Amino acid sequence: MIPLETIDPVAATGLFSYAWLMIALPALGAFVLLGFGRYVEKSGPYLAVATIGGSFVVAMALFVQMLAAPVDQRAVSVQLYTWFTTGTWQLDVGLLVDQLSILFALLITGVGGLIHVYSLGYMAHDERKRRFFGYLNLFVAAMLTLVLADNYLVLFVGWEGVGLASYLLIGFWQYKPSAAAAAKKAFVMNRVGDLGMVLAISAMLAQFGSSAFIDVNHGAEHLAPGWTTAIGLLLLLGACGKSAQVPLQAWLLDAMEGPTPVSALIHAATMVTAGVYLVVRSHAIFDLTADARLAVVIVGTVTLLAGAWIGCSKDDIKKVLAGSTMSQIGYMMLAAGIGPAGYAFAIFHLLTHGAFKANMFLGAGSVMHGMNDDVDMRHYGALAKYLPITFWTFACGYLAIIGFPLTAGFFSKDHIIEAAFGQSALVGTLALLGAGVTAFYMTRLMLMTFGGKKRWLDGVHPHESPAVMTVPLIVLAALSLVAGAVMNWWIQEWLEPAAGNHAHEVELLPTPIGWLTMLVVAAGVFVGWWVFGRKPIPAVAPQGNVLAVAGRNELYGNAVNDTLVVKPVLGVSRAAVAADAKAFDGFVNLLANALGGLSVGGRRVQNGYVRSYALTMVLGVLLVGVVLILGLGA
Amino acid sequence: MTIVFWICAPLMVLGGLGLILFRKAVYSALSMALTMVCLAVLYASLDAPFLFAIQIIVYTGAILMLFLFVLMLVGVDTPDSIVETIKGQRILSAIGALGLLGLMIFSIGGAVTGPSAGLAGAEQAAGGNVQGIAQLLFGRYVWVFELTSALLITAAVGAMILAHAQRTKPKLGQREQADARMKAYADQGTHPGSLPNSGVFATSNSIATPALLPDGTIAPDSVSQTLAERGAQLDSTQLRALTAETFERAERIRDEEDEEL
Amino acid sequence: MIDQYLYLAVILFVIGAVGVMIRRNALVAFMSVELMLNAANLALVAFAWHHASFDGQVASFFVMVVAAAEVVVGLAIIVSIYKTRRSTSVDNANLLNQ
Repeated sequence: MIPLETIDPVAATGLFSYAWLMIALPALGAFVLLGFGRYVEKSGPYLAVATIGGSFVVAMALFVQMLAAPVDQRAVSVQLYTWFTTGTWQLDVGLLVDQLSILFALLITGVGGLIHVYSLGYMAHDERKRRFFGYLNLFVAAMLTLVLADNYLVLFVGWEGVGLASYLLIGFWQYKPSAAAAAKKAFVMNRVGDLGMVLAISAMLAQFGSSAFIDVNHGAEHLAPGWTTAIGLLLLLGACGKSAQVPLQAWLLDAMEGPTPVSALIHAATMVTAGVYLVVRSHAIFDLTADARLAVVIVGTVTLLAGAWIGCSKDDIKKVLAGSTMSQIGYMMLAAGIGPAGYAFAIFHLLTHGAFKANMFLGAGSVMHGMNDDVDMRHYGALAKYLPITFWTFACGYLAIIGFPLTAGFFSKDHIIEAAFGQSALVGTLALLGAGVTAFYMTRLMLMTFGGKKRWLDGVHPHESPAVMTVPLIVLAALSLVAGAVMNWWIQEWLEPAAGNHAHEVELLPTPIGWLTMLVVAAGVFVGWWVFGRKPIPAVAPQGNVLAVAGRNELYGNAVNDTLVVKPVLGVSRAAVAADAKAFDGFVNLLANALGGLSVGGRRVQNGYVRSYALTMVLGVLLVGVVLILGLGA
Repeated sequence: MTIVFWICAPLMVLGGLGLILFRKAVYSALSMALTMVCLAVLYASLDAPFLFAIQIIVYTGAILMLFLFVLMLVGVDTPDSIVETIKGQRILSAIGALGLLGLMIFSIGGAVTGPSAGLAGAEQAAGGNVQGIAQLLFGRYVWVFELTSALLITAAVGAMILAHAQRTKPKLGQREQADARMKAYADQGTHPGSLPNSGVFATSNSIATPALLPDGTIAPDSVSQTLAERGAQLDSTQLRALTAETFERAERIRDEEDEEL
Repeated sequence: MIDQYLYLAVILFVIGAVGVMIRRNALVAFMSVELMLNAANLALVAFAWHHASFDGQVASFFVMVVAAAEVVVGLAIIVSIYKTRRSTSVDNANLLNQ
């Protein structure tokens, strides 16, 4: 497979020189909101929304200008300043605005902006609203830094910023021990991935003498195959951490402890998409190493099935959606791992997923808003009538995710399944199976939440959310329906210069595999209805079979982590503590005791009488004088 | 020059010994003053008129007076006792002092050779003693000179801070003082009025003179306690006897004059 | 000729040292220190005369400046100690021992 030569970016002119505004605006917002506290207590949230809006306008303007530019001038690099120079390395801070990053910028600022607006309503009664919006702005600024960076080091800055912001937001209600623990868990597991990133960047600096995308793209061909594979695998480790892929998936489900808009932001617009972005952005590396690509495919496939499985068995509406995110990101990783044939599809699915998953998360938030923040779907039921807007918008998201014809997911997911069959029959079959399971658990979610009979707890009076929350839902629902159709014939060509993918002809009419997919999806929907739609749903979860129990326990991911990592590490720590207490402290204490004994003697000399000290001085002078004279004499 | 030296040197040694041997600090300070004045004279004889003036003005004039002020300020308490409290301090001090003396005399012994040059030539070259010092002070040593200004200002500020006492209680007004006095009278029977004057006799009315009570005994409050402790208190009974005698004589003379008339 | 000045300086210096070591009154001990400084000054001036150079006199001048500063601070310390402890005995200021 010969990688396509990507087109080098041209220097920034005109409007593109102001690309940094995209990052600067939300960063400024975060600074003002977090730094000037009570001065902006009231106006802060609106300021936050305004900065994101401004970012979106800038991104849109750049996008329009890029559309108008000829293909070879669409990628633009904006040099900002030199970060530092050390030895032979000069590290510049620069932005790369190309076809890939501008799509991300639009997704982040667009969906992120809608989530901001939604949060105005959702967090209206929270005392620390201002701080929440500050963190949201920080999150967006970090994510924009990540996608707009023109080298891996600046990308890493954004990468860590995203990790920090996610920590702050997941643990936003830190007075809940579970939230605090979830935040810590997310942070620590992300650090594992970050280790891979750091090593990968170090390897790049060592091998290419630079971490700029352009140098890596050019230098990759001349690299020893072992190095490319190593860098590829390390990047994959980083991507796994950020995108919650197996084996670093465990934090994502716990991350539901954060406020729902945060979950939406993490799952749709920021954070988890970073891994996919990283793999696509590093296509020059992955194109050259089939082994690393295979690892990506395996990780993606395993995750998509694991996520779907978890989604099937959870009763917590947010955790079902979290499982679904894992699964969908698995699809994207799978597509990205397929290589040039899949990059565009990965990004395509990422964008459509950003729309419909944000829609569904915000919908779930709206449901919770109406149900006194209860997340257990077994306490829902028959909500379609009481929350009409939420229901209809959620339904749009539902259709999009299961791949109902002509909705967003239909286009993007089918392409991935097709490409997976192109990779190997096994992977394709598994991806197909995943699509069926997706249809099953999403149907289950819809039926348990909106269908059936009331199973509400006492004192719950569902009500529709205010307009500030429903309008973003409607916008996102519309996107869920049409985004696929809009981008289907366009995105491959658009991304070709940036992602180095091969453009395929796409038809409106499904291919045989497309038909098969629709069949499997229909079967999934039917099974979902068969199990959950015909008879009332028990208010307490039934015992369930082995598969369901495993799913409820998140496939024992935590137990595995516990056994494989936590316990050995604790054991080593205990051993280290014991060694420290016995061996090192023993030695040190011995020394200390010896010195202590010495000082007891010394204290006698220190009697506190000035005259005695004066005497000592005189005697000392005498001694030194005598020694000097004798020394000179000798 | 030699004569000057041999006059001054014994005086200085005597002064130094007086400094460390007098039990009363005031005498020590005065012995010190003697040493310093003699030292100034030696400076003059060593062609150092500038230092001569400085020594008199700064050391004898300012520093020693400061010592005396502080001495008076902290009160002339009981003289040092002669009993040594630190074990072995005296003997070891003696050994140390003798050793030091021996060491330095030994080292001086061979240190200086050849005739002294005297400062006449240098003074001529510089245009005078003060000019010579000034050239060095504002030439080679100007940096040190500037540093001493920093040192002095720091010392002045430091002394002010150290000697300054923060008022911790509110200042007592007339009313509070009167209340306290009445309270003391109520609790302990202390007399609320002012203390008695010192005694006034025909031959003495100094503050060291105690006043007498109507019954002829001494009023203890009429003399400052410090004076009493120092043993400076005069004997009023003697004074009274003297006064009475004088009065008697005067009256007798008057009577005689009256009789004559 | 100059030897005698130096011997005198040494004697004064040793007297001062003895004073510091045996006297308990802080003021007297302090004056003994001054005596030691003066002894050093005498030696300096004598050397200046011997070597026909003003450096010794300048050094002596600096010693005086330092001594003046030292006296000011030292006396202030003595006064403040006296204020709190009602004593000028150096043996009473032995908090380090406690």
